[in-house]
Formats: sequence, structure tokens, C-alpha cells
Amino acid sequence: MKLRINSLRTSVLLLLLITSVACAQTSESSQKKASAKTSALPIHKEFSSLESLLNRTNDTIYVVNFWATWCKPCVKELPYFEELHNTFASKKVKVLLVSLDFPDQIQTKLVPFLHDKQLKSDVHVLTDGDMNSWIPQVNKDWSGAIPATLVYNKTQRAFYEQSFDSFEDLTKIIKPFLTEKK
Amino acid sequence: MKKLLFLALLIAGFMTACQQNSEPVETAQAAVNVTPGEKEDNTKAVATAVAIKTPGYAVGDKAEDFKLKNIDGSMVSMADYKDAKGFVVVFTCNSCPYAVRYEDRLIELNKVTSAKGYPVIAVNPNDPDVKPADSFEKMIVRAEEKGFDFPYLFDDGQKVYPKFGATKTPHVFLLSKDLTVEYIGAIDNSPNDPSNVTEKYVENAIAALDKGEKPDPSLTKAIGCSVKTKK
Repeated sequence: MKLRINSLRTSVLLLLLITSVACAQTSESSQKKASAKTSALPIHKEFSSLESLLNRTNDTIYVVNFWATWCKPCVKELPYFEELHNTFASKKVKVLLVSLDFPDQIQTKLVPFLHDKQLKSDVHVLTDGDMNSWIPQVNKDWSGAIPATLVYNKTQRAFYEQSFDSFEDLTKIIKPFLTEKK
Repeated sequence: MKKLLFLALLIAGFMTACQQNSEPVETAQAAVNVTPGEKEDNTKAVATAVAIKTPGYAVGDKAEDFKLKNIDGSMVSMADYKDAKGFVVVFTCNSCPYAVRYEDRLIELNKVTSAKGYPVIAVNPNDPDVKPADSFEKMIVRAEEKGFDFPYLFDDGQKVYPKFGATKTPHVFLLSKDLTVEYIGAIDNSPNDPSNVTEKYVENAIAALDKGEKPDPSLTKAIGCSVKTKK
């Protein structure tokens, strides 16, 4: 009997040890993530919570890029969007990067990617799986291929189901909005 | 005995603490949830410009048959299928994560739709110079790995996908026997996660055709990888 209690006690202690080690590891990795500014990464499980960001009516021109870390042409053009964000900030041009990464890859792929790239543009994540309901709300003619980019201000909208080859190529799409504004 | 109880409680406490800080993103989610009240009035008339209007078939159009090389080396056309009631033409590839997530579902779909007279015909529209993982040789490898029991054709020279107006992988075109396009879009309503599927668009469309009705919906949207071409 005495022996049994002893072995029970040992196993409980062992369990405690294992738990605290596992716990230490988790908190260490979450600290790392927090330092990547990703603790503020907004995740929209439903399109309705993102929708207002695609329909603002202030004086800013919004460039909304739909992308994912698994999409090569998307990743390739991200620097042009960053440059756009940096170059035209004074002209009230704002870039919003909407990640469509798989819900099961946000922690494993998107968070490390963002940590690595340190993007200056705002990044939001949309994980709404009912795509057929929300894709037409972004643009009725969008087939769903990414990359895709929406440009809008309070009076006009343009949608591009394509990738951009250069910063110059990308700036062309905001020109009509800049001249309109004066 | 009391000591044991205390230890057990301690462990429970530890585990809870552990859980609480292991999901920083989930926590952030709750904090950033955009309130509905913040939504601005978007009913104002705004001019809409669509830069790229993809040409290609619309529902009701008649498709042109193709003759493309299959992974077994044979040339495949829809006209080869004398007894088919129609075709599930799926533009797909090896490299797109969404196409990969649909591989098993495509095999299952073919079992169901072939039995009804609508065989799946998969077509890879990508230019392997741009996407080496989608070369003809890699198609053979992937089809063998997954055990595709339907044709997996290579759109060599990229002549066929633009006629259909396929823009992405996967992209489905359901045709009737006379090659009328009856449905365009996704396979089902949950590309991310097969366990969340509540609507099997292609199967439902075929069921409608079998009843002499038009598929509803006849056009659906899903996120996919753009077809890879040289610019």
C-alpha cells in the first residue's frame, strides 16, 4: 500500500514537471509572436465585420489587396503595395492587406511571415469560409482568383483581378483617384 | 492524501494558465471584432469600374470541344465519351493549395458524377515555365500518388482555358451532352474545410439537370490560385 501511494505521488510530481515545461515553451513562443506586433492581428471570421473597411466614406483613397502567403504572385507584389503605402501616405492613400490564408495556417504560416517581413501596411485576416456569399460583395465580377485588388474612395471604385509587375504598374491604378481629388 | 489533492489542483491551475496564453491570435480576434455600428453608409451610388473583364463562356453558352494530352499519353476529347450525359470539366493543378485541398473530393466527386453519366475531366491550365510544379511530368507523378481515376489533361500551349474563361484553379464548368455550359464555379461551399461542406454545388447542379431543371445556383465563387501565364 505504502509503495502504491509513493509511486502515485511520483507520477503526479512527474506530470506536474511535464506540464510546467510544456507551459514554459508555449509562453515563450507566444512572447515571440507578441513582439512581432501580431498580437494585434485582426481576424475576421465573417465578412460582415470586414465590410465596413471596404466602404469608408472619408477623404482617403483605399487600396485593398487580397492575398495569401501561399500565393506566389501575391507575395511577389507585396513590396509594391508597401512602397505605395510609404510613397503616397501624404496624399491620403491607405493600403489594406487582406490575408486569405487558411484558418489552420494563420499561426504556422501567416504569423511567422508577418514577423519576418515587418509590413508597414495594415494587415487583416478574413477566414469566412462561405466564399460564395462574400466574394460577390467585394466585386460582382470577381471570380475569386488571387491576387486581386480593390481601389476605392467615397465616389468611385475599381477592381483588378490581376497581379502587378512593378511599383509603377501599381501606381497607375490610383492615378484616376488622385486627379479626381485635386 | 491531502497532499495529493493539492498537487492535482496545482496541475489543473497550471494547465489553465497554459491554455490562456497559448492563443494570442484568438485573443486578439475578440478585441478587434469590428462593431456593426461602425459600418458606414455604403448605399450611396458609386461608380464601379472593373479593369479586367474575363472573356470566356457564360452559363447557356455552347463550349467548343478540345483535344488534349492525358497523363497516360492518349489524346482526350469530350466527343470520345459516346454515352456521357455531360461533363464535369475541372481546371485544376498540382501546385495550388486549394486544388490540393480538393484532390480527395475530386476523386469522390468523379465516383458520384460518373455513375450519373457526368465524368470528371481535369485540365491543368498552368504554364510550367512559370510554375514548374505543374509540368506534364509532375502531373503524372501527382495523379499516381493520389490515384486519380479520371483524365488529367495538360492544356499545352494554354489554348483551351481562355476559351472557357477559367481564371483560377480549381474552376469547374459543368456541361451537358451538347456541350452547353450549365454551371460555372466551385465544387462545394467550403473550399477550406471538407468537414464544413453543406452544399455540393456540382452534384446539386447535376441532380437539377437530371430532373430537367436548370441548376440553381448556376454560378458560384470561391478563392483560388490565378492561372499561371507568362505576361
